[in-house]
Amino acid sequence: MSSHTNAAVSLSDLLWRRPNLLLLILILPPALWLGIIYLGSLFALLAQSFFSIDEFSGVIQYELTFKTYGELFRPANFDIIVRTVVMAGAVTIGAAVVGFPVAYYAARYARGKWKAIFYLGVMMPLWSSYLVKVYSWKLILAKEGILNWLFETLHLGWLLNAYLAIPIIGGNSLSVSSTGTFLVFLYVWIPFMILPIQASLERVPHTMLEASGDLGARPYQTFLHVLLPLALPGVIAGSIFTFSLTLGDYIIPQIVGSSRRFIGQAVYAYQGTAGNIPLAAAFAVVPIVLMAFYLWIAKRKGAFDAL
Amino acid sequence: MHSDRAPMGLKVAAGLGLAFMHLPILLIFVYAFTTEDKSYQWPPPGFTLKWFAVTWGRTDVWEAMSLSLKVASISTVIALFLGTLCAAAVSRTKFFGREAISLLVILPIALPGIITGISLRSAFNLAEIPFSFWTIVLGHATFCVVVVYNNAVARFRRVSGSLVEASMDLGANSFQTFRYVILPNISTALLAGGMLAFALSFDEVIVTTFTAGQQQTLPIWMLEELVRPRERPVTNVVAMVVVIVTFLPILGAYYLTRGTDTVAGQGK
Amino acid sequence: MNSAIRFSGVSRHYGAVKAVDDVNLDIAEGEFFAMLGPSGSGKTTSLRLIAGFERPTAGEIHIYGEEAQSIPPYKRPVNTVFQDYALFPHLNVRDNVAYGLMVAGVGKKQRAKSADETLEMVALGAYGGRKPSELSGGQRQRVALARALVNKPKALLLDEPLGALDLKLREQMQEELKSLQRSLGITFIFVTHDQSEALSMADRVAVFNNGRIVQIGTPEDIYYRPQQPFVADFVGSSNVLPPEFVAKLTGKTAHGSLRPEAVHLSETGHAAQIKSVSFLGTATRVSMTIQGVAMTMLVPKGAVIPKAGDTATVSWADDDLHLMAVQ
Repeated sequence: MSSHTNAAVSLSDLLWRRPNLLLLILILPPALWLGIIYLGSLFALLAQSFFSIDEFSGVIQYELTFKTYGELFRPANFDIIVRTVVMAGAVTIGAAVVGFPVAYYAARYARGKWKAIFYLGVMMPLWSSYLVKVYSWKLILAKEGILNWLFETLHLGWLLNAYLAIPIIGGNSLSVSSTGTFLVFLYVWIPFMILPIQASLERVPHTMLEASGDLGARPYQTFLHVLLPLALPGVIAGSIFTFSLTLGDYIIPQIVGSSRRFIGQAVYAYQGTAGNIPLAAAFAVVPIVLMAFYLWIAKRKGAFDAL
Repeated sequence: MHSDRAPMGLKVAAGLGLAFMHLPILLIFVYAFTTEDKSYQWPPPGFTLKWFAVTWGRTDVWEAMSLSLKVASISTVIALFLGTLCAAAVSRTKFFGREAISLLVILPIALPGIITGISLRSAFNLAEIPFSFWTIVLGHATFCVVVVYNNAVARFRRVSGSLVEASMDLGANSFQTFRYVILPNISTALLAGGMLAFALSFDEVIVTTFTAGQQQTLPIWMLEELVRPRERPVTNVVAMVVVIVTFLPILGAYYLTRGTDTVAGQGK
Repeated sequence: MNSAIRFSGVSRHYGAVKAVDDVNLDIAEGEFFAMLGPSGSGKTTSLRLIAGFERPTAGEIHIYGEEAQSIPPYKRPVNTVFQDYALFPHLNVRDNVAYGLMVAGVGKKQRAKSADETLEMVALGAYGGRKPSELSGGQRQRVALARALVNKPKALLLDEPLGALDLKLREQMQEELKSLQRSLGITFIFVTHDQSEALSMADRVAVFNNGRIVQIGTPEDIYYRPQQPFVADFVGSSNVLPPEFVAKLTGKTAHGSLRPEAVHLSETGHAAQIKSVSFLGTATRVSMTIQGVAMTMLVPKGAVIPKAGDTATVSWADDDLHLMAVQ
């Protein structure tokens, strides 16, 4: 036997005698990488939020203070937070409403090739390019684009214009309105809502539904009293994604939306040319805190079993 | 299972939902052939193939594409290495801090991209590391680890622990066991994870914006075009190509892990 | 006779849990040895200690005279048949069986030949090209057996080998394993929770409880002369009589073990209230109480069967009441 093989055997013996050594070898590289690069950066960011910026000189004061967090409560900034949270909520509800039938059908009725079609039908959009998805809506919502054309051909152009005249959710055209932003968010995140719902519905044993019927419940009652409560953890799990992803996004509102800013854009703006890293960091902490709270509630409702 | 059929209303709602998810992208395919290049006019005034040739000639597109490919390849390799090690450790034994590690691996993808991006950016600034190809790779590898990890962990859990014991019982040492038993049984999961990681990296834009210097990956190029369009149809052609290019690894990963209880890609 | 496996004061503790607690064992070469006990009794851990998948926290293990507790499993001259067979799904049957030879460096032709010969021995000669997923449970078990035996181990370890098989298959495999062991002449050590299996196959049985061996002996020893109420109760269904009752019967204060088949209806004897009667096919089991103590009686085919609710007179031979010291 070559000495190379002998070394391998000796190392094997050592790893068998000391199983913790093997564990250490396995866990150290990823733990170091993630710990130093990722956690390290995260803490650096959080630390920044406790510093402040001198408003006149633009220089960062490295003293611990809550002043920067206080700035978040200024009306202009607070508006941004409220606006983002409201949009996140709307997107979540919309995704649940549109996505539930798809998930329900796929979980309970799709058989054979249809199961694969539905599966790929949700997976492919999930993994397709985010930017391409956003871009496609820019095309759709453009003044000269297909949606407008559809309304005109159906002689419903007046309806669209009336809608666009509504303040806050309307705008000059769909692509610069909050409605447009809502639609794009909905489109991009909906697969994240469908998958957990489908997973939790598939976990409901059909014998449970049969038992419900056996005890005298009509189909809609079985749906309301048995299926829906059991699907709820899946809905909550999906909502974690839609909520969190909307809270932090800065690209979609920039490309399709009004000039009113969202949290993500605020973070981007402040850390960029403005150089106000502490405020950018403070803004960035808001989604983290909101999500931590949301996750805590979701965990108590058992949503993590559906993930 | 069910002897009843789905109510028509449900079928319609499900079908509409599915259509909603797919039509927009298909629309781009149509726009790639339009003759109109100043706006997004619908219906397209005419159809042509000339934009494909124009795109072929655009050097900035090729540069962005090749950078994206390079970054994705190297990030995937790093993610495969780290993700597999981590999955092997976590699925073997309970150890102190196991839950913490599972959470740590998921964080880069669970927290909004902008947070990951801005954290890395300020860390690089603090450490005075110049932005370059490697800073982009650092960021990508970090969030690609979880994709490989999910696939590897799911497969490790399915590979019965007694297989390793059986191999050692029959005379194979640790290295032989890894080569002859462990590797063959996890290879398709690793391949699937690698493909998904590649697709994820190829498409990523948010973290990349913060960790790139002057370089342009393909998504950054596209973002530029979205904000300041140069030649709209060229963007359409590129978008179409990106969809097709990412379609293939996803399909591949699906076929590799189909028929197992956790199909690749479920845990994004 | 040479000692094949010897445990000297072997313990395996996991923190406060004593999976194996100060076990002494001496298995002779060529024996068919059974380790019997309920789940968690330490029998499987003991087997794994022999194989090398666990290391003792105390004590010494000798395999054919050599100290083995610090030798990794791939260097020990023993092979294991796993409870879930652990066949490699990515290899076909022949490559599975030849695995041990492959890692030892045996050439391709030679190991294919050995593998096929061993497959013949377990009556699966034609199955070399199949994949494990294509085989039935019983067939997979034979492949696992062949895979272990092809390496000509000094001892074969079997972990609950027949647990997953149905009754008919189990009885058939019991016969085959016993004749295989006789023809090969090597030591077989198997773990089971099924006492009838242990009694029918083994030369000697070690009964485990709570990490310790409570009795070692031949099947007859264990069955007719249990040393503890636990053994009497676990091995075959036995009437374990409390010391007060035994004192009334014999004057001695001890636990009593009385096999149900030793009890019969008779003219004179003890008054019994019949509670229930169950037909078992080969015999009928009668549950009754005598002076408040619950007992069962096995009535063979052809004999008179009392009815539930009746009062009957039963007796047994004095020798059949085996006394066990109160611990």
